Amino acid sequence: MTAVYETSPTPSTQSIVTELDALESESIFVFREVAAEFERPVILFSGGKDSIVMLHLARKAFAPAPVPFTLLHVDTGHNFQEVLDYRDATVAALGLRLEVAKVEDYLADGRLRERSDGTRNQLQTIPLLDAINGHRFDAVFGGGRRDEERARAKERIYSLRDEFGQWDPRNQRPELWSLYNGKHKPGEHVRVFPLSNWTELDIWNYIEREQIPLPSIYYAHERDVFERDGMLLAVGPYSQPRSGETVSSRLVRYRTVGDMSCTGAVASTAASPAEVVIEVAASEITERGATRADDRASEAAMEDRKREGYF
Amino acid sequence: MSTLLRLATAGSVDDGKSTLVGRLLHDCKAILADQIAHVQTVSEARGGDFDFALLTDGLRAEREQGITIDVAYRYFATDKRSFILADCPGHVQYTRNTVTGASTADVVIILVDARHGVLEQTRRHLAVAGLLRVPHVVLAVNKIDLVGYDEAVFKGIGKDVSQLADQLGIADVQAIPVSALVGDNVVERSPETAWYDGPTLLEYLENATGRDDISARPLRFPVQYVIRPQTDDQYRDYRGYTGTVASGTVSVGDEVIVLPAGRRTSVSGIDRAVISATSTAVAERPSAVAGEAVTVRLADDLDVARGSVIVAADSSPGTRRELLATVCWLSDRPLTVGARLLIKHTTTTAQAIVTKINGALDLDTLGVIDATGLDLNDIGKVQLKIAAPLAADPYSSNNITGSFLLIDAHDGWTLAAGMIDDEEGELL
Repeated sequence: MTAVYETSPTPSTQSIVTELDALESESIFVFREVAAEFERPVILFSGGKDSIVMLHLARKAFAPAPVPFTLLHVDTGHNFQEVLDYRDATVAALGLRLEVAKVEDYLADGRLRERSDGTRNQLQTIPLLDAINGHRFDAVFGGGRRDEERARAKERIYSLRDEFGQWDPRNQRPELWSLYNGKHKPGEHVRVFPLSNWTELDIWNYIEREQIPLPSIYYAHERDVFERDGMLLAVGPYSQPRSGETVSSRLVRYRTVGDMSCTGAVASTAASPAEVVIEVAASEITERGATRADDRASEAAMEDRKREGYF
Repeated sequence: MSTLLRLATAGSVDDGKSTLVGRLLHDCKAILADQIAHVQTVSEARGGDFDFALLTDGLRAEREQGITIDVAYRYFATDKRSFILADCPGHVQYTRNTVTGASTADVVIILVDARHGVLEQTRRHLAVAGLLRVPHVVLAVNKIDLVGYDEAVFKGIGKDVSQLADQLGIADVQAIPVSALVGDNVVERSPETAWYDGPTLLEYLENATGRDDISARPLRFPVQYVIRPQTDDQYRDYRGYTGTVASGTVSVGDEVIVLPAGRRTSVSGIDRAVISATSTAVAERPSAVAGEAVTVRLADDLDVARGSVIVAADSSPGTRRELLATVCWLSDRPLTVGARLLIKHTTTTAQAIVTKINGALDLDTLGVIDATGLDLNDIGKVQLKIAAPLAADPYSSNNITGSFLLIDAHDGWTLAAGMIDDEEGELL
């Protein structure tokens, strides 16, 4: 495994422990409900920190038995190698089953075309929906958190999708107490968000507490980057500086992991979960605001993508 | 136990709820620079001042219509504790979302426009808070600046609401004069309301206690899922019952009864997961309290499955196939006597028939009136016959084993939120 932090013995305060315990129990409850009430659940697993925490919680929910779910990765082809390595090492170590839906297969045979800006996050929707239909997955776990974005803040923990994978934000089922209603008709499926109530800071406190290994790009490292739209983009096969953009080697880390061509790094010296916790707590910019060009497209960019079936 | 406090907001249209939430988040420094820049850009594009409501109204339709349509969940923290806030819409059409938000809330903040006083929606939201037994109610008398910071106005509304609260059995109401727009008494104490000596909204929230101690009540442990690894190792014969402790405490050695069968046994082990990057195991622990997700093992080999409820042997609720309950009707489709539905109660889903509608709540008098059906947003009292025995408690003693959903068997829509009445069967 690509374990790349030094275990930090810093004791967490009592209040944080109990808050994390409450969030952990709530998420484990959701995993068990889905395992009991659905036929073919799947966990969306990208190798990003939220999906890693999700898998960790799923393992806790069913221990000592193995996780009773398949994993699905929707692969943009614009990957960080460290993340793919982490994904494959995890799957191998835990004996899990991984399905990969590749955007590049769709580009190769013309079912999808490259966007003019060359980014591929938005191209993931069709391969995702095809994979859900093809494998007849009826519950799809996503690592989305309500603190990430305005449209996500409105989504239920169980979010019903119609036959076209569409989300109708104005027609969501009321979700009361801890009674999750997973009833759906054939062809429909339910997106399940067990991390709904976690914040970015909760995730990092939990990673620290549970000593969960992450891909190395989440911690400070030297990288050749250039600045675009106020973000630091890595020089790589999918993102090259345009004229006027100068490349420099900076100490950076990633707050989110997505399509490499439009996911920005942030300047950072944080080399461990404890240091990231401090950095996140002091941050003046949200996670997606700092790192995701695709969310800046419009006032409701995420809502529009979600309506079409995006994560 | 936890320092996590869950709140829900409720109020009528235009009384400034989203502004209050935006103000609370902003003054707690929970709004970051890019979010502020975004609101500034949009506000300016519309030719107006900084609109706090844009911080929470996230959907296209909400921004277009300037109203909140659906519950938005917000997260913020102070040095004292963390908060999960369910920002619920005010429009009567979306009352079901207020019910949703209130179902998990420790505190519900009900907004009243100081100029308008108590409206029908205020009565409805108070009724919902009372019915769902939300432990604390904050009455935020908003736009106090627009009535010249008049103490008499504040006192008058406070008196109206405490009368209603008495009728509804709400024990704890704290009235606070605020101006969400200006920021009076939200986080900072206002110099304009020298006559008010109570807490600011944030001070109140930081010190409010959660739901009363459910760990002290009798054990209820609904079984979610049975773990049988059948792996070729030390866990070959492992059989554990997973679930979250709904109330009480479970300890190794406890005498318990497994419902609905009614078999008596004892707890032989309580496990929590211990996992590393490559290994998945469990470790024993002596006990677990309400709210904790654990795995329980039993001394005897009984028929235990999803839908079973493990309860304290000396305090079993027994099972019932008929329920008297109060329901909030959440659907456009009316309820009529004889309707065949699904009931979801803890981890059991079963068929149900509505055998009788015993009345509906009249919001004007807060009394029960005769009703032959229930429409969207009605609160009514019904009698149900259930196809399977349920290990149920009155909602007043347990909000998990005392609550249920009614579901449309055909399309799966959630039709109603139900609360099981006390034996005497009073409405509120």
